[in-house]
Amino acid sequence: MKKSKFNIVGKPVIRQDGLEKVTGQAKFADDINYPNQLYGVMVRVPVAHAKIRSIDYSAIENHPALTTICDANDIPGAKKVGPIKQDQPIFCYQKIVTPGDVVAMLVGESEEELLRLRELVNVEYEPLPVLTDPRKALEPDAPLIHPELGSNLVIHHPLRKGDVEKGFAESDYILEQTYTTPFIEHAYIEPEAVIAIPREGNKGVHIVGSIQNPYTTRKVVAAVLGWPLAKVRIQQAELGGSFGGKDDIMNILSARAAVAALKTGRPVKIRYRREESIQESYKRHAYYMHYKVGFTREGKIKAMKIDIIADGGAYSSMTPFVTWRTVVQATGPYEIENVWTDVRGVYTNNPYAGAMRGFGSPQPIFAQESIMDEIAVQLGMTPDEIRRINGFRSGSITATGQKLEKHDVNVLTVLETAVRETDFARRWRENQQQTKKRLDLAALEEAAANPGPFILHKEDFLEPEEVLRKGIGLAVSFRGTSLGAEGVDAVAAYLSLQQDGSAYLLSGLAENGQGMRTTYSIIAAEVLGLRPEDIYYLDLDTGYVGDSGPTVASRATLMGGGATKVAAETLRQRLEKVLRRHWNLPETTNFVFADRTVYPENQPDRKIAFAELCNLAYWEGVNLATIGWYSGPKVHWDESVGQGPAYFTYVYGCQVAEVTVNLSTGEVYVERVVAVHDPGTVINLLGAQGQVYGGVTQGAGYGLWEEISVDQGFIRELNFDQYLIPTSKDIGEIVPIFVEGEERYGAWGAKSLGEPTLELTAAAIANAVRNATGRRFHHLPLNLEEILLGRKLYPTSKRGSV
Amino acid sequence: MDESKKPKAISRRKFIKGVGTGIVGTYVVPSALSAIGKEEKKGPKEDWIPISLTVNGKKVRVKVEPRMTLAELLREELELTGTKVVCNRGECGGCTVVLDGKAVYSCHILALDADGKEVLTVEGLMQGEALHPLQEAFWEKDGLQCGFCTPGQIMAAYALLKRRPRPSVEEIKEGMSGNLCRCAAYPKIIESVQAAAEKMAGRSS
Ligand code: FES
Ligand code: FES
Repeated sequence: MKKSKFNIVGKPVIRQDGLEKVTGQAKFADDINYPNQLYGVMVRVPVAHAKIRSIDYSAIENHPALTTICDANDIPGAKKVGPIKQDQPIFCYQKIVTPGDVVAMLVGESEEELLRLRELVNVEYEPLPVLTDPRKALEPDAPLIHPELGSNLVIHHPLRKGDVEKGFAESDYILEQTYTTPFIEHAYIEPEAVIAIPREGNKGVHIVGSIQNPYTTRKVVAAVLGWPLAKVRIQQAELGGSFGGKDDIMNILSARAAVAALKTGRPVKIRYRREESIQESYKRHAYYMHYKVGFTREGKIKAMKIDIIADGGAYSSMTPFVTWRTVVQATGPYEIENVWTDVRGVYTNNPYAGAMRGFGSPQPIFAQESIMDEIAVQLGMTPDEIRRINGFRSGSITATGQKLEKHDVNVLTVLETAVRETDFARRWRENQQQTKKRLDLAALEEAAANPGPFILHKEDFLEPEEVLRKGIGLAVSFRGTSLGAEGVDAVAAYLSLQQDGSAYLLSGLAENGQGMRTTYSIIAAEVLGLRPEDIYYLDLDTGYVGDSGPTVASRATLMGGGATKVAAETLRQRLEKVLRRHWNLPETTNFVFADRTVYPENQPDRKIAFAELCNLAYWEGVNLATIGWYSGPKVHWDESVGQGPAYFTYVYGCQVAEVTVNLSTGEVYVERVVAVHDPGTVINLLGAQGQVYGGVTQGAGYGLWEEISVDQGFIRELNFDQYLIPTSKDIGEIVPIFVEGEERYGAWGAKSLGEPTLELTAAAIANAVRNATGRRFHHLPLNLEEILLGRKLYPTSKRGSV
Repeated sequence: MDESKKPKAISRRKFIKGVGTGIVGTYVVPSALSAIGKEEKKGPKEDWIPISLTVNGKKVRVKVEPRMTLAELLREELELTGTKVVCNRGECGGCTVVLDGKAVYSCHILALDADGKEVLTVEGLMQGEALHPLQEAFWEKDGLQCGFCTPGQIMAAYALLKRRPRPSVEEIKEGMSGNLCRCAAYPKIIESVQAAAEKMAGRSS
């Protein structure tokens, strides 16, 4: 019913950028070349932690294939950068702190030649002890990654609410468990690429690349060059996926390209192959999570104590913000009186970790939702019952002391919808009763160790139903939308109507492939009674529209949608004014804008074509361009106790996973995921479905296959033969269901969806596997080894695996 | 897990190209040849070998460096950038083109081996102004997000439909499982292939 008030919003609208993309015409960064262009190739040192003594280029200096070499000495401005702490060098000059580090860049016309030459650069270094276990990072004798900081602690977020000791004393049961999650690679299908073009005279530098946050990139490049922001123009090429991953790495590559372009006076391109991309780019944080929960016989949680270590790797990047979201959401969407949480982000010599879709939530959700199911099992309840007892309702107080109000607090609504849709409780109970016969691994191992006459009898063979077990599991979450207390939250959108009724639109946020352009075009079209295809979305260039902050935290729809609506409404009012004058209508006349026409609400027959109205306004000299500005309400936060209204609003989701586990191979097959989300109003139905498919699939990858494992700081999985991401065959059916809750912010209350869809899936799958096997797995991913042996296997340089 | 994702024994390409390894293992960027290749005078081209092939219906005669892959030939020499290189290792299908009617990973085939053959890339699908039914279907059914994997998906689907004009969902899943999509538009990719099959059946009848 809510939908009836819209003409286009919520309907399936095909994407704006579809034509270029299906014809191969879309220009991604590496598809763009400039005349006279050079390439940059990185010089690295195969060591995880070392002091740099000297870099000797004498073997290659005079080689004809080398145009120039850039290193830290060529940087006129900031030698180190970073979004929060400036601890990451553009080119390393004091220390190497992780194997992805770069000490210099060779510049020349032939990448192949440069790759040969880089082997001849002689870097003398003094190896230092390597720190790879984040749990040891804060021990007194741990090697310091950045000695000047005096500690390996990047950030500590405490949260103190109520009295946990009292809460535990009042509990009938106490459960303590430890969970871990690995580093994860974004694996955007397009590897990094950027070109810096020096501009004539004093015009600065122009950068085109696979850049997620052009304004952030501009800040970094300007700082590195020591220039004013306005001299650096960043243009986003078509982006082949990002998922939070084309931020820091692209800022640094852009800065390197800019330094080289200015040094040589020629365009310089840097493009990474997959191996180099995985080696140098940042990851999703690996987490070590200890949970202690006290609850009553009736299932009420009385207290929760949480200790989390996040492996930030070699540089701080977004670690303080990522872990901040963790501390806000670590207790899940549950009312808990007494909470004591510590989240610490630390430095190690591992690859650095930063923003990735989910941003500090997939990890604690895996732990907290696993524990909720353990509590249910212990109390003989079903997973939905335990969540019904503790779940947020309207007016609930969160762990940070925030009262949830003034929007639909839909935790239980999404839960009930998912439970109904899947007949959850009945099936869950049935699976719990499955025959308990399991593969006797100990006997198998013994048999293998004592090979006697190995004769198999009929009873040694398992029936298929004993090998293939069904399981069903669910997970629930709440998620703060946009930046919250993480940063300034304001977005610009530029809208310009042309004389013939067509329009240009551009927001300061960046299209990352998620369909944002289409969403904004729908919003503008809805307000102005146009069709989305009447709106031409411009390429994002920092020269055109105000700094709108980063495209992160699923803020694109909420904030950018809000700004677009403001812009469209401003122009609509101007047009209404023109029409009132033209037709001599009273001030109070309301108009309907629909189907490219405009008419007074009470005179549907008196129509004017939208194009004609624009033409009229044009000849009256009315300004038909505007910049819409949308800023989020202020939020405040007490850092010392982790209390305050962290985000101005929240979204809610529940996913149910149905799996089959093969007990003899350890394989988990995801048959079906029902994903129920409340993203507020759905603007772009096709886009929203796409977000669910994408998020659930990536979440399943997180749950079952994906892992960046590190050996002495070195990543083992450098390409898709080792780093396994889901294919079309790996997941059965995904069923998106939207519950559109009321919300006062954004465009008609449209909030966010990209991240909520990802954060739940691994947890739901783990709970389904528990339901199928009767065993709880504490370490992602639940790959074959984990299910079969209860541990991970890694290839070693020697024969066999450890 | 499907075949294409299993770790492989040393591949032919890796074998051929596994010289000059940097710290990134077999990291070699042969496409840098473009810089030499485009301006004939600059690079020593003595060891380059002339081949002729048909690309998108046009006869092409070109000299190739012996180690150059078909993907590099297309992207760097012929400037057909619709074909993407994603893993450069025969693992993802991003570089899929149709060679003599079959879908192949162009990063995994030497340009030399395309001598005398017929190559079809995403740029060759349109008939004048008209989109190919597969292109129409991927657009209408939203079989993409970022679109970087899309040319490869479309070309894989093209070969699949050639082989099986009315594939079942299972056959589509199987047939397309060599093409990774990190945006995971899979359900809509499958719908797109089905829709295209219907369109094509309708048009030919
Ligand atoms: S780029 Fe050729 S298969 Fe991945
Ligand atoms: S659409 Fe982005 S990888 Fe497939």
